[in-house]
Amino acid sequence: MPDLMSVVTTLAMIVVVFGAVLLHVAYLTYFERKVLGHMQDRLGPMEVGYHGLLQPIADGLKLFFKEDIIPTGANKIIFTVAPIISLVPALIAFAVIPFSDRGPIADINIAILYILALSSIGAYGILLGGWASNSKYSLLGGLRSAAQVISYELALGMSLVGVLLLSGSLSLAAIAQGQAGGFWHWYAFAFPAPQFVAFVIYLLSAIAETNRLPFDLPEAESELVAGFFTEYSGMRFAFFFLAEYANMILVSCVGAILFLGGWQAPFDFLPSTGWWGVFWFLPKVYFLLFLFFWIRATLPRLRYDQLMRLGWKIMIPLALANILITSFLAFVTR
Amino acid sequence: METIASSVEYLSRYYPIVVFGLLAAAFGLGTLLISYFVQPREDNAEKLSPYECGSEPVSDARMPFPVRYYVIAMLFVIFDIEVIFLYPWAIVFDRIGLIGFMEMVIFIALFVLAFVYAWRKGALEWE
Repeated sequence: MPDLMSVVTTLAMIVVVFGAVLLHVAYLTYFERKVLGHMQDRLGPMEVGYHGLLQPIADGLKLFFKEDIIPTGANKIIFTVAPIISLVPALIAFAVIPFSDRGPIADINIAILYILALSSIGAYGILLGGWASNSKYSLLGGLRSAAQVISYELALGMSLVGVLLLSGSLSLAAIAQGQAGGFWHWYAFAFPAPQFVAFVIYLLSAIAETNRLPFDLPEAESELVAGFFTEYSGMRFAFFFLAEYANMILVSCVGAILFLGGWQAPFDFLPSTGWWGVFWFLPKVYFLLFLFFWIRATLPRLRYDQLMRLGWKIMIPLALANILITSFLAFVTR
Repeated sequence: METIASSVEYLSRYYPIVVFGLLAAAFGLGTLLISYFVQPREDNAEKLSPYECGSEPVSDARMPFPVRYYVIAMLFVIFDIEVIFLYPWAIVFDRIGLIGFMEMVIFIALFVLAFVYAWRKGALEWE
């Protein structure tokens, strides 16, 4: 059993990580609006605070004091619980993310399976919320989210196999540990089998996973009003929003750990222990998050038969080929 | 006794996840509860009716609906299980040698065979 001191440390870490994730989520919305604004030749939020820096807090307060409407004919219990079903998995997945060489809060040896399982539970929140709203737009959004899960999740699962082959572990801490010694050891570029194809497949699946453009079919403002959360307002709406952004940070963290060395420094003469780990980790995460916004500002939305075609006919064959080539190369070079 | 002690040690690694989950759920429910007491509340039939671009809602939203990706959903369930089989293999890849490698090549060949069959049969087509 863990001793008292380690329990206290763990509890403190949980509170810190919880607060940090919520803060990053709030300012990720600001970051997104600024990036999109500048890409569209606008300024983005400018009014609240210096260059709009207090905008996320103003938004949060506004949503907090908004009336929370439950439409007639909605299933009240499921309608209330669905946003929480979305939010909780997105937050507790951070328990296994190693932010530095001191490891994650919960050092479990099946971290990747744990995250895959939680991300599947998150999809239930969307499906249930869409169904419980008793609105046609919401129902369509929920069904599309189910369609989306079966289109990309196979490719997502397969894209990780190459990294597992090279690292020989399902623990994120061990995978980050295995990429020490400079950026040419990161699994996206590593000898003997660079995983950049898997990295691209992972990123595309991750965008679909978090319902971001060009795969935001469950929301699809221009055709489904707001998709699965059309009928949501106030804090319940905010929870879906929080869950979406927390998921974006999560998939970026996982991508940074699996393919970009996690908390490892880009060159082996630079320190990467303790807080240095966080220092190297955050820019990688924010680089991936910036990619999300960049892609959003660039590409139009796919139809969902196109998403299925992309998932099943392009990404799955590519991921399979990647597994075979990686295992072959790993086998002959060891 | 030793196995019990080690499984307790093993499970105790998971307690932070439970605490984290409780905190997240408490945050969700607590925020909803507090916001319930500070928000305005003025209900009327128009406001509570489901949104349908301003017109009166037509029929029930939960009507039967043709799900056109049914076959793909079935394939997904099968292939997803096959993908999970790849995980333990990848983890012990360094230790199982040529036989392990060849076995998985055969497994993936079967997977590809099934996949190509489904593709040729048009299961992946949008009707």
